[in-house]
Amino acid sequence: MAVRLPEIDVVLVGGGMTAAIVGKELAEAGQRVVALERGQMRQTVPDFQSPTMHDELTYSIRHALMQNPEQQTITFRNRPDQTPLPMRRLGSFLPGEGVGGAMVHWNGVTWRFQPEWFELKSWTEERYGRGFVSDEVTIQDWGVTYDELEPYYDFFEKICGTGGLPYGDLTGGNPFGGRRSNPYPNPPMKEPYALNLFRTAAAGMGYSPFPAPSSNATRHYVNPYGAELKPCMYCGYCERHGCEHFAKASPQVSILPAALANPNFEMRTGAWVTRIEHDPDAGIVTGVTYVDAAGREVFQPASMVVLCAYAYHNAVLMLQSGIGQPYDPATQTGTVGRNYCYQTFGGATVFFDGTVRFNPYMGAGALGVVIDDFNNGSMDHSELGFLGGASTSVSQASGRPIAFHPVPGDTPGWGLAWKEAVRRHYNSTLSISAQGSSLPHPNNYLGLDRTYTDAFGNPLGMLTFDFPDNDRRMAAFLTERCVEIGEAMGASVVEGNDLAEHYSIVPYQSTHNTGGTVMGADPTTSVVNRYLQSWDCHNLFVMGAGVFPQNAGYNPTGTVGALAYWAVDAIKNQYLRNPGPLVQA
Amino acid sequence: MTKRDTRDRDRDAPSALSRRDLFKAAAAAGVVAAVPTVAAGQESAPAPSASPAGPPAAAPGAGPVAQAPAARPVLFFFNDEEARFVEAAIDRLIPADPEWPGAVWAGVLTFIDRQLAGPYGDGAKTYLAGPWTPDAPPEQGYQHRYTPAEIFRIGIAEVRAHVTETRDAEFAELGADAIDAVLTALEAGEIELPSIPSALFFSVLLDNTVQGWFADPVHGGNRDMVSWRMVGFPGAYAQYLETVDIFNLDYRREPVSIADAAARAVHLGGHHEH
Repeated sequence: MAVRLPEIDVVLVGGGMTAAIVGKELAEAGQRVVALERGQMRQTVPDFQSPTMHDELTYSIRHALMQNPEQQTITFRNRPDQTPLPMRRLGSFLPGEGVGGAMVHWNGVTWRFQPEWFELKSWTEERYGRGFVSDEVTIQDWGVTYDELEPYYDFFEKICGTGGLPYGDLTGGNPFGGRRSNPYPNPPMKEPYALNLFRTAAAGMGYSPFPAPSSNATRHYVNPYGAELKPCMYCGYCERHGCEHFAKASPQVSILPAALANPNFEMRTGAWVTRIEHDPDAGIVTGVTYVDAAGREVFQPASMVVLCAYAYHNAVLMLQSGIGQPYDPATQTGTVGRNYCYQTFGGATVFFDGTVRFNPYMGAGALGVVIDDFNNGSMDHSELGFLGGASTSVSQASGRPIAFHPVPGDTPGWGLAWKEAVRRHYNSTLSISAQGSSLPHPNNYLGLDRTYTDAFGNPLGMLTFDFPDNDRRMAAFLTERCVEIGEAMGASVVEGNDLAEHYSIVPYQSTHNTGGTVMGADPTTSVVNRYLQSWDCHNLFVMGAGVFPQNAGYNPTGTVGALAYWAVDAIKNQYLRNPGPLVQA
Repeated sequence: MTKRDTRDRDRDAPSALSRRDLFKAAAAAGVVAAVPTVAAGQESAPAPSASPAGPPAAAPGAGPVAQAPAARPVLFFFNDEEARFVEAAIDRLIPADPEWPGAVWAGVLTFIDRQLAGPYGDGAKTYLAGPWTPDAPPEQGYQHRYTPAEIFRIGIAEVRAHVTETRDAEFAELGADAIDAVLTALEAGEIELPSIPSALFFSVLLDNTVQGWFADPVHGGNRDMVSWRMVGFPGAYAQYLETVDIFNLDYRREPVSIADAAARAVHLGGHHEH
């Protein structure tokens, strides 16, 4: 029998970025808020300090800050006719565990999606006609527009202290971005040699290079919550590591100091949520059941539940809890788990064979030069044979040598020739990466596994995913463009990085998993409405990239942050005054 | 393309050792130190055995292991026969060359031994519950029931048995060319081992060798930060605000390990400046 705790106003599942945002804002609105985080508390001091934080093996390779698959993982297959098997180790993506979640070990690249992406289905039909993409591409409108989100993007950038140049040709900023109410709060990052070579080559080909929008602070900065960020030291230990310098925006640095200062907010660690409790007849959730740090089962009643766990886990928790109709690929009905998307990469590796010195270890997570000429809203797809696009960049994030020791493709994998090639190419090689969009396909979805269970005896989530043909054509196009730019840089060898024949769960690609709890205007194709409110239970809200109906050719964090502030505004100013559905189905 | 004249920018940094000087010092020293304690700027290196770069002899009993430190470090996981196998293999995976020592000199055996004796070896952060599907498509990832420690223990035993059976010799005594041939066949999955795919064993061996070569010396390999010196990686140092945008900078700095007291001082100094 579970221990029953006194009822509170709001329970948050998770203790990462969106929990910090929702917790801070709702506590300030007078709500008693508890965030349930499965991992431990961790802070910049003492947990992320050098020199021990600069240990590539422990953090990058052995995943010290990440979720532990031994306790809970997902199963995976490429196609519905295969047997799903457990992802026994982390590989393709790296969800975080502990307070701050994945925003502790992110890179800090802070994009806004292009305006058309929020109305992709309408935009595509209007621009290219109804038959342009096949019925198998289940794109949809989000139910919210860029213009509606713009103030929330703006505020999230201020919270993160994002640096960059204002949009537009004249400013040196992105000419393909949407309307901005304000410039970035901070100037852009510095520009190392490799990035400048890319800028020069891209500009020479008529493209429009600009500095990547970065939440690695470029100067001392105080955000609207009064939190201080300090200047980035370009230490090269950003992604997969915590930031010792208070320079990378994270919940610990940017949001939690304000949230934890409010007695209405509690961060309860070691609390593993196993079930959202609900009353289907009343159309409400009643709280959550979790296993506490001592191993006891606890029921925490609450007037509102907000799912703030890592993207795909929110869908898995809804499925485990029996809330909403599970998506079925055979009939293409149901919504929970639908439209799982990822990120589709093209790219090129560019070898200068010892003729230049890039010093790749002088880096920062979001240190990059980008062109957006190949992103979705920048191109005419009429003759391209695909929909979507990519932010295309050279970045200098890290020279950590276990993971970074590029050698040409014809080099043996070991022995003297390998060793000589590693020595020769370490300091004179760069990669051009086209981070492409990911469009939904009826076979790509999240479900529950029938065989494997987690440490608490609950079924594992199950992922079915392969790259849709549309995205394969896009990746091939992007790789061709990257190779052209690489050749224009005057390199000795340029190798195109082709998409694998099938998506693999093994090599790291991106921690940009989206979908499963998608938002929309139609309850038959979405789990939450435009305010991220469940169609089934009006006091259940879902945050995170799981609400994206399709993923853009950008890093997702900026949009996750903007949507969290957009939803919390609706909760504070509409829902709390009059609890009930904010959109009539 | 140079943005600024960079020649004088880094004059405060300790002068870098030349590769040959380092190697000579290392070869001449004679003291075995598993974890180097060279402070930044100190122009001496700890020490290997007599001839770290010498070509492996072909004669049985005088094979690649002859390059190993004279006194083997205390091992927690491998027994003596396993240790000889690993040394013979890693000596071919990352061999010494005329300028730079290889994985044996760098202490990669110690690194792997410590890894396998600890949580990694026991399968930490790995979902190992059954059922298992050892013939799963590669896209679905690792689907065997073994921990990394078991992969090494079983793999070494089964490869040794295979070599004894097919070549009537001990793997560690085969000599460089024959060891290369065995490793190549393992990598290609051409050797049928009784209970483990040979390509799986090879890939775990190679991954751990590369990790031991490049990881911070606190983990037992990368002695004297030799791999970092080879590629020019400054290690745990982390303060490039003033140099990151100097084009083509010929950056020379004595690398620092997490273990170095100097590394801590460098970091604290950096904080105080800002």
